[in-house]
Amino acid sequence: MLSASRENLTVRLGYILRRFLFLVFVMWTAATVLFLIPRMSRVNPIRERFNALARSTGYAPKDLESIIASYELKFGLDKPLPQQYVDYMASVLRGDLGVSLMSYPKPVAELIGEALPWTIGLLGVTTVLTFLIGTVIGALAGWPRSPKWIKGMVPPLMILAAIPPVILALLLVYFIGFRLKLLPMGGAFSAGLTKEFSLPFILDVLSHAILPAFSLILGSAGFWALGMRGMGITIQGEDYVNFAEHKGLKPGRIFYWYYVRNAILPQVTSLALAFGGIISAGVLVESVYGFPGIGSTLSAAILANDYFVIYGIGYITVVAVAVSMLVVDLLYPLLDPRIRYDRK
Amino acid sequence: MAIALQSTIGGPSQRTLILRYLRRNKSLAVGLIILIFLLVFSIGGSFVVDTEKLAYPLAVAPLQPPGAEFPLGTDKDGRDLLAVMIRGILLTGAIGVIAGTIGIVVGVVLGFVAGYFGGPFDLVVRWVTEVLLTIPGLILLIIIAGTIVDKNQVSVLTMAAVTSVLAWVGPTRVVRAQVLTMKERTFVSIAKLSGMGNMEIIFKELMPNMLPFLVAAFVGQVMGAIYASFGLEILGLGPAREPTIGMTIRWATFHSAMFNQWWWWLLWPVLAMVLIFASLSLINVGLDEVANPRIRRTE
Repeated sequence: MLSASRENLTVRLGYILRRFLFLVFVMWTAATVLFLIPRMSRVNPIRERFNALARSTGYAPKDLESIIASYELKFGLDKPLPQQYVDYMASVLRGDLGVSLMSYPKPVAELIGEALPWTIGLLGVTTVLTFLIGTVIGALAGWPRSPKWIKGMVPPLMILAAIPPVILALLLVYFIGFRLKLLPMGGAFSAGLTKEFSLPFILDVLSHAILPAFSLILGSAGFWALGMRGMGITIQGEDYVNFAEHKGLKPGRIFYWYYVRNAILPQVTSLALAFGGIISAGVLVESVYGFPGIGSTLSAAILANDYFVIYGIGYITVVAVAVSMLVVDLLYPLLDPRIRYDRK
Repeated sequence: MAIALQSTIGGPSQRTLILRYLRRNKSLAVGLIILIFLLVFSIGGSFVVDTEKLAYPLAVAPLQPPGAEFPLGTDKDGRDLLAVMIRGILLTGAIGVIAGTIGIVVGVVLGFVAGYFGGPFDLVVRWVTEVLLTIPGLILLIIIAGTIVDKNQVSVLTMAAVTSVLAWVGPTRVVRAQVLTMKERTFVSIAKLSGMGNMEIIFKELMPNMLPFLVAAFVGQVMGAIYASFGLEILGLGPAREPTIGMTIRWATFHSAMFNQWWWWLLWPVLAMVLIFASLSLINVGLDEVANPRIRRTE
């Protein structure tokens, strides 16, 4: 008995270690790719930045080449490639993502840190809401006793899910923000309000977040509904559901404890993965609404040729997804006792 | 032979059978109808409207609302939006089809080699696809498009090339998984025993059985590539000189078309995008039913 549980423990530790190594591997690959891509290209970020400045201000410094050379010295771009790689990896490990070129000398990590709470606030809430709405509709739509109108909700949700949330965002801005003037069309709070923890400010932020949130929810509730409905239909054919029906259990009890309880497992996995993806999921919608999250930072960085910010955002999205995958892998055996740690 | 005989006897013809199937598989039918409408509009329109000229800046009077002369209106830079829509749907479709084709070809080759022969190559393919699945696709494409490509020289072909960087991952996984389950089946063993070569087995035995999966994967990748290129275009990394649907939306939002009451500039491309995505996803759902008869509707 004792030896069995000890064996179980080693298997479990081995599994956790394997998943953890995969996480490290993914993060290392991502960092390496982010190191190699800019060095494969002929575009010099610093030269691009100065050229853009020269175009917009009409002022081109005469000693541009030497300015660029001194910046390259500062960023260590004059050293041999292997040395650069080692330095780069060391700085990534320290959490140092370089400095932003568009708001120099602000560190990239700080710029991302300012945008992240907005993105996490918006996407965190919409992800949970979408999960709840989609899963409930999906569960009811797959349940034979539910009314017809719930089943009829699935095809429209499916078509909405196929349309990028950005498109829905544009339509909502036009009809609700512009035509009906019901809600603000963009930004995160009204101009003139100071950022403070007061009721009017919070209400203002919420009213600005409704349209972006609604376009994200509308655009992805269908995925959750489809997933839940598909799982639910599969489960209805299972022996234990038939057995429960023949035992004469009440439909409500079967619905919650036999049907939803089992069908929801893959949904929970997807939810954890969706949390990993929240940094990148709303990028386009945010940039359409000018919502001051990661998406707007990213699109501003693209416009300003701020390569270090682009790489920094790329890196943290990968880390977020990889970490959430690890969490899923570790949690799943707890949720579903049928899954064992060893995959034999 | 048997099929030919049947039809001479007077059984339902192939066409009737297809139509009958489409009546049952409604999503495939509706998706195909929208797709045919888009094709007729864009290909047919190219013969009626001079899109080479009218879909580009300074061709017509700017900012004309829809009317008798310009049915869909014109934009701020003097493009005729009817011509833009005709050419834009073609170009947007071309990006998707090129990237989807590259994705499916690479995916089939990698998936078959990895799944059929196994070994260290399989290991590498599995790891690379698994790592790539971790990296959010749009972010990776933004980094590639934003750094390797010169922003002012982006063409429709560049967009197709950039989006195809990730278009092979999905097909590779689907094909590999299918090959793994199929190669243990009896019909493959019999083919081996009867002296068929590996290549012959792959092309004559496995490939035909996978056709529905391949078509569904292709449609999925076309949709993915259009979505990815649209994302890049919205963020300003698209082909600035070409009137694709995504670029039109980009220009309309960039010039705040909505705030300035130029609703037509934004409405038509948004409508085109909705139709493109609705049609492809309906076709995909319909094909899924062809590929997995187990989920066929029974009611």
